[in-house]
Amino acid sequence: MKKTLCLYFQVHQPYRLRQYRFFDIGKNHYYFDDFANKTIMSRVASRCYIPANKLMLDLIKKYDGAFKIAFSVSGIAMEQMEQYAPEALESFRQLADTGHVEFLAETYSHSLSSLISPRKFKDQISMHVKAVEKHFGQKPRAFRNTELIYSDTIGEMVAGLGFTTMLTEGARHILGWKSPDYLYVNALNPKLKLLLRNFRLSDDIAFRFSDRNWGDWPLTAEKYAAWIAGALEKDDIVNIFMDYESFGEHQTASSGIFNFLKALPGMILSHADLEVLTPSQATQKHQPIAPLNVPYAISWADEERDISAWLGNELQKEAFADLYKIENQVRDSNDPELQRDFRRLQASDHFYYMCTKFFSDGDVHKYFNPYDTPYEAFINYMNVLSDITLRATKKKV
Amino acid sequence: MKVLMFGWEFPPHIAGGLGTACDGLTRGLAKHQVEVLFVMPSASGDEDQTAVRIINASDVAAFRTKEEARRIFDKVQFLKVTSNLIPYLGPDEFEEQVDLEREKEWNEFRISFGQKYKFSGKYGNNLMEEVMRYSLVAAAIARQNRFDVIHAHDWLTYMAGIAAKRVTGKPLVIHVHATEFDRSGENVNTQVYELEKRGMEAADRVIAVSNLTRNTIINRYHIDPSKVFTVHNAVDFSSAENREISRGVPEKIVTFLGRITFQKGPEYFIEAAYKVLQKTQNVRFVMAGSGDMFNRSVRRVAKLGISSHFHFTGFLRGEDVKNMFAYSDVYVMPSVSEPFGISPLEAMRANVPTIISKQSGVAEVLNHAIKVDFWDVNALADAIYGLLTYPALTAMTVRCGLEEVNSLKWDNAALKVKHIYESVTEEKSKIQ
Repeated sequence: MKKTLCLYFQVHQPYRLRQYRFFDIGKNHYYFDDFANKTIMSRVASRCYIPANKLMLDLIKKYDGAFKIAFSVSGIAMEQMEQYAPEALESFRQLADTGHVEFLAETYSHSLSSLISPRKFKDQISMHVKAVEKHFGQKPRAFRNTELIYSDTIGEMVAGLGFTTMLTEGARHILGWKSPDYLYVNALNPKLKLLLRNFRLSDDIAFRFSDRNWGDWPLTAEKYAAWIAGALEKDDIVNIFMDYESFGEHQTASSGIFNFLKALPGMILSHADLEVLTPSQATQKHQPIAPLNVPYAISWADEERDISAWLGNELQKEAFADLYKIENQVRDSNDPELQRDFRRLQASDHFYYMCTKFFSDGDVHKYFNPYDTPYEAFINYMNVLSDITLRATKKKV
Repeated sequence: MKVLMFGWEFPPHIAGGLGTACDGLTRGLAKHQVEVLFVMPSASGDEDQTAVRIINASDVAAFRTKEEARRIFDKVQFLKVTSNLIPYLGPDEFEEQVDLEREKEWNEFRISFGQKYKFSGKYGNNLMEEVMRYSLVAAAIARQNRFDVIHAHDWLTYMAGIAAKRVTGKPLVIHVHATEFDRSGENVNTQVYELEKRGMEAADRVIAVSNLTRNTIINRYHIDPSKVFTVHNAVDFSSAENREISRGVPEKIVTFLGRITFQKGPEYFIEAAYKVLQKTQNVRFVMAGSGDMFNRSVRRVAKLGISSHFHFTGFLRGEDVKNMFAYSDVYVMPSVSEPFGISPLEAMRANVPTIISKQSGVAEVLNHAIKVDFWDVNALADAIYGLLTYPALTAMTVRCGLEEVNSLKWDNAALKVKHIYESVTEEKSKIQ
């Protein structure tokens, strides 16, 4: 039986907030920085989404379906593409039309709702599923949570919604001596199959590709394919998951990342015992080897691989708790604008900006971060939250 | 390693932060086996000498014999800051004029420096004269002691440092705690600027208390960047300063504490207070201090109609400062120009959440203070409102802020200074 490589890319852009001062509270209900959002979406579309999609389309055609990929595009990224870069959305649609690209479900807003509100989590997923059907003509069967956040209970909820495949991190503190390169199942509901990210091989591209101090620089497709083949001598599946922005944005075109990508499928497929599958195909093909016990939530972020990047300090916890206090009022409000704003405020990015873990080396945290410090991020967010709370509870100032 | 250090003041008799910084630094140096001879113009005898040996310049005669006097005079007479530039003179006439001037200076010098000079050690009217006399005594002290490096703090002592370097050939390190641009904005006293520039040029190394000050030294004094090093100031707090105080008012208190002068940005504090008071009345603002913008500030507050929630205390000292911190819910330092700025650290130590301007040196070492541009009144008002309104913000800045200030140790700063000493003494020995 052939061994499997599974490639999955995350596509997400939040709605960044404008500078919202306390004297706006109760007076001005527009929260978003249209200029920044438009600029960033246009830039990422022209540097990454459009050229990378074109390359992917060529590769899929060239290898006649032997090369496959999967995406998860957050709902608010789709919205922003519609608004600011419709040609990028169209290029994803073209990939969907090939029949060799799987689109996964996630929370519409790239939210952290799985950690606080099962009801909101469910609402967000069903909304995202509808958006995927609308834009890409597929009904997702596999699920990935925001930032690959996963725990036994989150997995159980996802299984309860009818998904059979879920993606998460191959976190070392969970796996111990075990390899991430096999199929696992949820500890509470074995119907849910788990694909675990091979972080070493994923980060070789996502973080290290252009690092000239890295011993393995320059990374060639041939070398990388050999590493994957090496890992699969014993194991079943290698899962390479990363932000799609790695192509052309985090790793710029001048680093040679597109040439690497262009050469990669040929190098992989030159190994006769390797094949490339989408997540749902991979879980159908392979046999799970064990249940995975994850009592506390894990993610793909930082060294800790936990949720401390979003909910690690008291600022983040207070903002998060306050946000979901108005959940019911917003749901019952019949006010589409209020519901839209509430959705956008749920994006995990807003909490990421408040992270104080990386005062010294916040490289990744700084990326597209509109704030100089976590305190500014918190004050701005809380001002907005104060206003939306007034709207939701219909209180006068 | 032995250092001849020139300062202007030393605790307990201090007017500003300079003496405290010298005390902290010398204690730190002592821990790293650096011996310090600390020269000051007027010692009182009650200085703590556990870490330094204090030399009182008022006890030292500038010279003993005429030959010695002539030697010192020839070496250091350049220090006199008068301009010999007289218009409409031919070269011969000019030379004659200069010779005459020199002879006159020498006569004055011989008479006035025959004995010990009683320095006031203050910052009075005859400051410039004291600065010059201090440098002459410094030359004498330098010849009477053995040391490896000379270290001079701020412009008042740069001439002393240069004089000591001239008579001994030892390397000179000058330490810039503030520049004339920090004191006077753009309207600099050119005489002071000149002295500062000479000190920086003559120095083998220049230490700046922040990158902000380092940039000023490079850009405004045109000093070679490769010899200018930043060593951030520190504090030696061992624990939180918790003091119980009963409040007379139910509202939260937002405090400005410092000189009410242009550089400290009092007007931005007033404008921000006005904005916050438009939104909530549950707050009072206090401006503690005195200065040349005091009257103007009182008038502005009255004009904005916020006097019922805005209070002036006048100048505070000692215990009253500590009580003021204990009273405060938010401390604000909106300085336009602040080479370092110790008071936010004192506020944080007293568990008061703190807002500082990005234009302060201390902003370079603090993560857990909220930073705004001094001119951005909206951002300042927003930060004040945030601290008054969102409990998590106060909780976190207080908890992390205390940890942060307690980790800023003079030990670490002194080690950096020691490395700078080592680099210049090595350089000197290589040349020889």
